[in-house]
Amino acid sequence: MSDDAPLLDVENLWVRFRTRSGVFDAVRGVSFTLGKERLGIVGESGSGKSMTGRAILRLIRPPGMIEADKLEMHGEDILSAPEKRMRQLRGGRVSMIMQDPKFSLNPVMSVGQQLVEALRAHENVSRGEARRRALAMLDEVAIRDPERVYDLYPHEVSGGMGQRIMIAMMLLPNPEILIADEPTSALDVSVQLQVLDIIDKLVRDRGMGLMFISHDLNLVAKFCDRIVIMYAGRIVETCKASELGNARHPYTLGLLNSVPDLEHPRDRLEVLKRDPEWRKAPSVSARQ
Amino acid sequence: MSALTVSGLNVWFGTDRAYAVRDVSFDVARGESFGLVGESGSGKSTILRAIAGLVPTWSGTMMVDGETLGPRRSKAFYSKVQMVFQDPYASLHPRQTVDRVLSEAMSLHGVKDINTRIGRLLDDVGLGPGFRFRYPHQLSGGQRQRVAIARALACDPSILLLDEPTSALDVSVQAEILNLLVDLRREHKLTYIMVSHDLGVVGHLCERIAVMQQGAFEEVLSVAEMRRLEAKSPYTRHLLKSSIKSIR
Amino acid sequence: MSASQGLRDWLLAEEPTSRRQARFAAWYKGWLTLRSNTLAMLGLFVLAFLILAAIFAPFLATHDPFAQDLGQRLLAPGVNGHLFGTDSLGRDIYSRLLYGARISIYIVALVVMVAPVVGLIMGTVSGYAGGWIDVVLMRVTDIFLAFPRLILALAFVAALGAGIENAVLAISLTAWPPYARIARAETLTIRNTDFIHAIKLQGAGPFRIVTRHIWPLCISSLVIRVTLDMAGIILTAAGLGFLGLGAQPPSPEWGAMISGGRKYILDYWWVATVPGIAIFAISLAFNLLGDGMRDVLDPKEDNS
Repeated sequence: MSDDAPLLDVENLWVRFRTRSGVFDAVRGVSFTLGKERLGIVGESGSGKSMTGRAILRLIRPPGMIEADKLEMHGEDILSAPEKRMRQLRGGRVSMIMQDPKFSLNPVMSVGQQLVEALRAHENVSRGEARRRALAMLDEVAIRDPERVYDLYPHEVSGGMGQRIMIAMMLLPNPEILIADEPTSALDVSVQLQVLDIIDKLVRDRGMGLMFISHDLNLVAKFCDRIVIMYAGRIVETCKASELGNARHPYTLGLLNSVPDLEHPRDRLEVLKRDPEWRKAPSVSARQ
Repeated sequence: MSALTVSGLNVWFGTDRAYAVRDVSFDVARGESFGLVGESGSGKSTILRAIAGLVPTWSGTMMVDGETLGPRRSKAFYSKVQMVFQDPYASLHPRQTVDRVLSEAMSLHGVKDINTRIGRLLDDVGLGPGFRFRYPHQLSGGQRQRVAIARALACDPSILLLDEPTSALDVSVQAEILNLLVDLRREHKLTYIMVSHDLGVVGHLCERIAVMQQGAFEEVLSVAEMRRLEAKSPYTRHLLKSSIKSIR
Repeated sequence: MSASQGLRDWLLAEEPTSRRQARFAAWYKGWLTLRSNTLAMLGLFVLAFLILAAIFAPFLATHDPFAQDLGQRLLAPGVNGHLFGTDSLGRDIYSRLLYGARISIYIVALVVMVAPVVGLIMGTVSGYAGGWIDVVLMRVTDIFLAFPRLILALAFVAALGAGIENAVLAISLTAWPPYARIARAETLTIRNTDFIHAIKLQGAGPFRIVTRHIWPLCISSLVIRVTLDMAGIILTAAGLGFLGLGAQPPSPEWGAMISGGRKYILDYWWVATVPGIAIFAISLAFNLLGDGMRDVLDPKEDNS
């Protein structure tokens, strides 16, 4: 384990599924690294962006298979790591926030219990200490009255608060990497910004690496340092978020232009013309 | 004459009368496109469902083409008003082919000459004849939504209720569906009442927009006013600001 | 080769060109799913074998199943050309088994025609109508459900008299409530889906919605449940036969055959064991097939 190794180093990652009609490749030769930065992974449904996130945690179930030349977390090979080690890593050093907090929180446990459980699964701390840290964490995700929320059950909190609780839960064991899979798509616009701000602040303060998976290119461009654009399981383009204006790939341009914009009305929205060539072109490396 | 008039509409659920919509009034001219915007739980979809007759517990007055709607909807109503639902994965029967869905809709409305009509309908919504005998699981989200739109158009309605028709779709597919809706409206002289949480989408398709909060109208403003951010109520201003911030 | 390849391509075409082709293609894909499940195919083969055995019983039987020969009684399997031996009256067990398959299949067919159909109608009507209709129908269901199946069947048979038809009636009357429950639960989730709302908006009435749109979705889970229950139904029929309330002697019903062999079970094991194995085989076959059907008929299937 060397200190200058990136948090995450992925080279030529493939995720394959065996089906009746042959092998289906969901992710096809993706390479990227993640440092202490905010990396946005953008693509439409079926582009393999979520599969990439799950493959890093080895959360692909059979008949899915993960193959890669290199899949390292802080210099440690995770492709061949035993399942026991993976369980330590998941939630301990890498955490994942899913789209809808309704499905990620256990409905029969109070928020506080779940936070304490999450922490004690990875660290050997006393209940009192765990509770203290859980309350502090709830405070950090801008929950006004942590003591009250601590005793609530998931159905008693709103979507936005549920997602903030999820963030608190995922960040409690001090992970180095946070994978956020569409963390705000299930939320209302006004709440979205608030949740994003919280993620942003926490990731900066703690010097974590963030993998932000989203379908919304504009949102990612605003929020991340670097962008990876995926199409049909491959990376078609990668650039700094600030340089998105110079993006070349017709798919990227199509994504940018197909969004209706309140301030700049157009008669017709631009429609993406999918070129079969995009599928065949080799994946662009996003390693740094 | 206006296509749809709603006045003093209240909708409630359950025995304890939890109000989802409170005292809502609006008027949609023929050929107009009217948008309802609000956050989840603001009651915007409930209004559409009440108009469509899917919610039995309401009070107030609703008129379509000058005819007051009673507690039960007539067949004539359904040939004038149709609806497109939010989730294209849930709005098509999983065991019925596109052909079956469309031909049943037509036969229920007594349309003759179903065979040729289906072909034309599929053309109208941008699906070729190759899609006619497919099952929903053989279609993508955008294609399913096109089928749902075709079903709604099967009886040549004049009013289309659109309940977040693109929120479950990818942006590039959303653009295709929005373009389709714009074209269909022009060709078939349709009146739209559209619900969405996305101001960009509503702004693209609608001329007038009602902002809703907690079951009531906060304010009704034109798209031009919205673009200039000329909102009177602080809630609308907050909503406008956060949507524009999240886009740019 | 090319003809079968052509047929396969036609069935798996991405763009079917007629209603017929679309329907056949859907069936063919279901068949492919079922075929990939080895255990389900095993169950299907056993059932097909039993049905063929029942149909061709007169040709396959080596003896008259009713002919008694007291000189040949209780012969061990294989002796004197009796494949599975003979029973206490000297009847050939193998031949009786073949004819008994007819009775078992007859019972199964009759029950299948009654119980799931009653359950489907009760459940979907109750679930879709709601309100007081739902309350009344479901309380009736609860009453039937509260009785132990065999006891209620016994009471019916006692009242109506012993015999296969009455046994079937009794089994059906006790078997439908679980189907009604399943159908109602399915209906409750289906009736609030957007595709039902959509067809309502086309002006469809409740009768059309229930029969054309809800039934096709309920039937799949009922078919699975029925196949899985089949074992229990056969066992109940055998149990009634065993108690002397089902098929009457000299009918070669499997349960009655076991009952007849009970007295000799310690000295002449085959008399009760061979029909027992037959009951076991058919029950297991139905269970295996039911499990496979679950994969095929699951409406949430996403294999294209």
